[in-house]
Amino acid sequence: MDGLNIPLNHILLLSSLLFCIGMLGLMIRRNIIFILMSLEVMLNAAALAFVAAGAYWGQPDGQVVFLLILSVAAAEVAVGLGLVLQVQRRFKSLDMDSANRMRG
Amino acid sequence: MREIIWLVPLIPLLSSLALMLGSASFSRWIIGGLGAGSVGLAALLTLLSGIDFLAQPQPYQTTLWTWMQVANFSASISFYFDGLTLVMMSVITGVGFLIHLFSTEFMQEDASYARYFAYLNMFVAAMLILVMADNLLLLYLGWEGVGVCSYLLVGFWYQNSANGQAARKAFVVTRIGDTAMALGLFLLFTSLGTLDIQQMVVEANNLWLVGDMLPVVACLLLLGGAVGKSAQLPLHTWLPDAMAGPTPVSALIHAATMVTAGVYLIARTHGLFLLAPSAMMVVAVLGIATSLMAAFTALMQSDIKRILAYSTISQIGYMFLALGVGAWTAGIFHLMTHAFFKALLFLGSGAIIHCLHHEHNIFKMGGLRSKMPVTFWSFMIGSAALAALPFTAGFFSKDQILLQAYQLPEYGIWLWLAGLLGALLTAIYSFRLVFVVFYGKANTQPDKEVGWRMAMPLSALCLLSLIGGYFIIPVQDVFPEALHGHPAHWVEYISISVPLIGVAVAYLLFYSKRLNINPLVQSAVGSKLGEFWRIGWAVDRLYDGLFVRPYYAVSALLKSESVDGFYALVVSVNQCVNRWLSQSQNGQMRWYLVSMVAGLILLLTLALQISPEAS
Repeated sequence: MDGLNIPLNHILLLSSLLFCIGMLGLMIRRNIIFILMSLEVMLNAAALAFVAAGAYWGQPDGQVVFLLILSVAAAEVAVGLGLVLQVQRRFKSLDMDSANRMRG
Repeated sequence: MREIIWLVPLIPLLSSLALMLGSASFSRWIIGGLGAGSVGLAALLTLLSGIDFLAQPQPYQTTLWTWMQVANFSASISFYFDGLTLVMMSVITGVGFLIHLFSTEFMQEDASYARYFAYLNMFVAAMLILVMADNLLLLYLGWEGVGVCSYLLVGFWYQNSANGQAARKAFVVTRIGDTAMALGLFLLFTSLGTLDIQQMVVEANNLWLVGDMLPVVACLLLLGGAVGKSAQLPLHTWLPDAMAGPTPVSALIHAATMVTAGVYLIARTHGLFLLAPSAMMVVAVLGIATSLMAAFTALMQSDIKRILAYSTISQIGYMFLALGVGAWTAGIFHLMTHAFFKALLFLGSGAIIHCLHHEHNIFKMGGLRSKMPVTFWSFMIGSAALAALPFTAGFFSKDQILLQAYQLPEYGIWLWLAGLLGALLTAIYSFRLVFVVFYGKANTQPDKEVGWRMAMPLSALCLLSLIGGYFIIPVQDVFPEALHGHPAHWVEYISISVPLIGVAVAYLLFYSKRLNINPLVQSAVGSKLGEFWRIGWAVDRLYDGLFVRPYYAVSALLKSESVDGFYALVVSVNQCVNRWLSQSQNGQMRWYLVSMVAGLILLLTLALQISPEAS
């Protein structure tokens, strides 16, 4: 662990950069597959911050939470892809706006 | 026989129901027979129980069933039968039967023959309930029942909207009085605890002293009802308009029976009125004022039925005068004789109208004496009785009223003088009618003479108008002794001679035309005054300005719902905000997300702005 001494600041910066990219993707993309991918990016950005913080403080908690996030992400993808299939079948499209039925 | 008096109102009621339900399948003979026959049967039963009563003059009370019972209030369907009831029942069924018989010919051509008799029978039933009721609540039921029948019959020819207007006016104006009467009933019940008339009078005498406040208020409220129903000042305006109904209806309802219900009410509750001398004085003054006012108006009318209508108002004014001075027996006696001769006059005018193609204007008649002898003699006798010429029915009753008014201390002489003036006017206008219609040049030819179904009632009523004054009505046990003492002979002579003077004046004015008052009539003041009398002292115009127009103005103001405007504003603001906010709920996930991020950035910026040292 000695050779690779990256300052915490940099990791956190990378993490928030990734988070912002994910969120931007979420806001801009309309295709559901891409939305799911953007969500993965955001989750991993958060997980990265946890791992980095755990390493910085010398605590195992960060890695525990990383594992939790990993499993939550897996579950989310499983459910999300199932929904994607349903959306495709019902609306013959993956455009999220076409699934909007509200007449606000 | 008096045990069966409950049948008397029941028979016309059943007949009315039968006519309403089965009229489609009945022939005209059955309808007429049912309509007139049921009242005839009721008259027969009244006669039988009357004979029984005269043999044994004991009041009889019968309870059929309990109508309603709530806490300590109970009202029953029960009838009270005494001399006063007997007089009223005889008038209603007797005169009523004659008028029904007359109607079978008068209404022969009418399309709604069955409807007419259904209403008329219902009226007789309601009127009988009114006079037979043992408690004021049942009396009120009959009171409202006759009001409804009057409304239905005034507006009988409903295709003409003016008739409907007259019917509504009659109903609404009497309703003002009825409301006062209902308040009177509430007051009597809350203070005396009963509405049973006999008990009520006993209780009132226990609780109240002569001149107390409560009996005065209660009596004035009852008087309000009586004034409305009997067309006295200030609620008399409906009666002349009510002449829009068929003429036999005017004879039965608006001359003989219903309009005298107010007189009956006051006579029946005389025990209360005796406790309120000031209320009695109001009755007397109202009566004589109405009597004079209506007599002046009758002088100027040209519609034969309106003359008789104002004359009815005037004569009922005499009855009120009698009640007000405590001459109860004389008042009821005048009620009876008036029913005879006024029904006669109305039926006579009905015969003229029937035979003269529905002509109402007396100046378009003339010279009918030789062409319609039966009608002429009816009118002659009726007018003589109305004018109170000696030995006719009206003479005995009106004479009694005037003499008893004269004997009243203090203001009695003034009432007597005013009554004499009224009697003079009565003689003038009634013989003006006779001279104008039956003498002179014939302007319209009658196309028929009356048939037997019209002639028979006319002759019977002629007979009653002649001999009715010799009847002795069995009310000596009902009313307290009238004022005693005999006034000086000259008073009586004056009372007798005044109507004769009136007839002479009418003769000079309208028959020989020796007395020429045209310059007086055509002068500026004379024509104004005449016009003022002709429109009934402009009371209708006064009410129009005082009540009707302001009511319309307020209605027009409220029609735009200015009060609702404020609440409508609240609603529209809510709807506007709702429309605006619901824009944000558009289902666009990305739009939600962008708003969330924007909000987050905003909040973070604010947090950093407020506490810069925390970062």
